[in-house]
Amino acid sequence: MNLHEVSRLLEGSILTESRREDIEIDRAYAVDLLSDVLALTDERTTLITGNISPQVVRVADILNVIAIIFVRGKRPSDSAISYAETLGIPIIWTKKTMFETCGLMYANGVRPCKNRPMAAPEG
Amino acid sequence: MQEPTHGGPRRLVHHVRAGDIEHGGLASAQIKRQLSGLGVAPQDARRAGIIAFEGEMNLVVYSTNGGTITVTVSEKLVDIEVADEGPGIEDIDLALTPGFSTAPSWARELGFGAGMGLCNIQANADWFEIHSHIGSGTRILCRIERRRHDASGHRPTTRT
Ligand SMILES: Nc1ncnc2c1ncn2[C@@H]1O[C@H](COP(=O)(O)OP(=O)(O)OP(=O)(O)O)[C@@H](O)[C@H]1O
Ligand SMILES: [Mg+2]
Repeated sequence: MNLHEVSRLLEGSILTESRREDIEIDRAYAVDLLSDVLALTDERTTLITGNISPQVVRVADILNVIAIIFVRGKRPSDSAISYAETLGIPIIWTKKTMFETCGLMYANGVRPCKNRPMAAPEG
Repeated sequence: MQEPTHGGPRRLVHHVRAGDIEHGGLASAQIKRQLSGLGVAPQDARRAGIIAFEGEMNLVVYSTNGGTITVTVSEKLVDIEVADEGPGIEDIDLALTPGFSTAPSWARELGFGAGMGLCNIQANADWFEIHSHIGSGTRILCRIERRRHDASGHRPTTRT
């Protein structure tokens, strides 16, 4: 699904102006605690969160997250939105709960990102 | 901030203020960008960004008077030091335990307090040291061994 389709599915809206509606949303990670986000090892994933602290977009930036979906009607601040704008990270805003958001997206083909603990032995 | 040097290692110094939620995390995002600008591979810049962010937010949440993040970039290494002058950590082993947190409620409301910050720092560093004493403060030293841009994936795992 692309960004536009996800936004419609969630009855949400895209808050960023450069909408990049064609962006492909095929993997996602749902989490509220920032350190849990930072344990994410997979890049190019979408972040689903109810956390609207100013740190969320900064973390998304550091991790190379491709889009952020804010759930439960939690609206990030205008400065967070414009910061995401400058980074080219689109933001979807929905009133749906985390559970419903994940369920709808999963039912429509979005899959968990391949998150592995970074400390795990490799090879 | 970026100190000019002449061909040798580059040193980036960022000061972080205690309690400054408004700006907390910006230094780390900037560090990641600066490292990319210095030619550090994207995966290494990302790891450095994660280490810096967890260190930065610990300075914001726990330090008495803020602290400093110092990043030194040389041909083969990225060294990151996060230092403050107090209050210090009473039991380091406990602090390193996944899930252990003394985050105050205002920080928990913002999504901190998973007790995973120091674990994330360790997981992203090839080498890690923590020194902390009540009264004198906490100093975290991390090293990333830079992968070559053309290397195909594996990062070195020399940890002590
Ligand atoms: N710079 C510091 N000064 C004093 N105590 C610290 C410092 N950094 C960490 N600690 C102590 O170590 C504990 C664990 O830190 P860690 O970063 O792993 O988790 P956290 O900050 O509690 O939660 P999270 O980072 O997951 O949001 C903290 O709760 C705090 O008690
Ligand atoms: Mg922490």
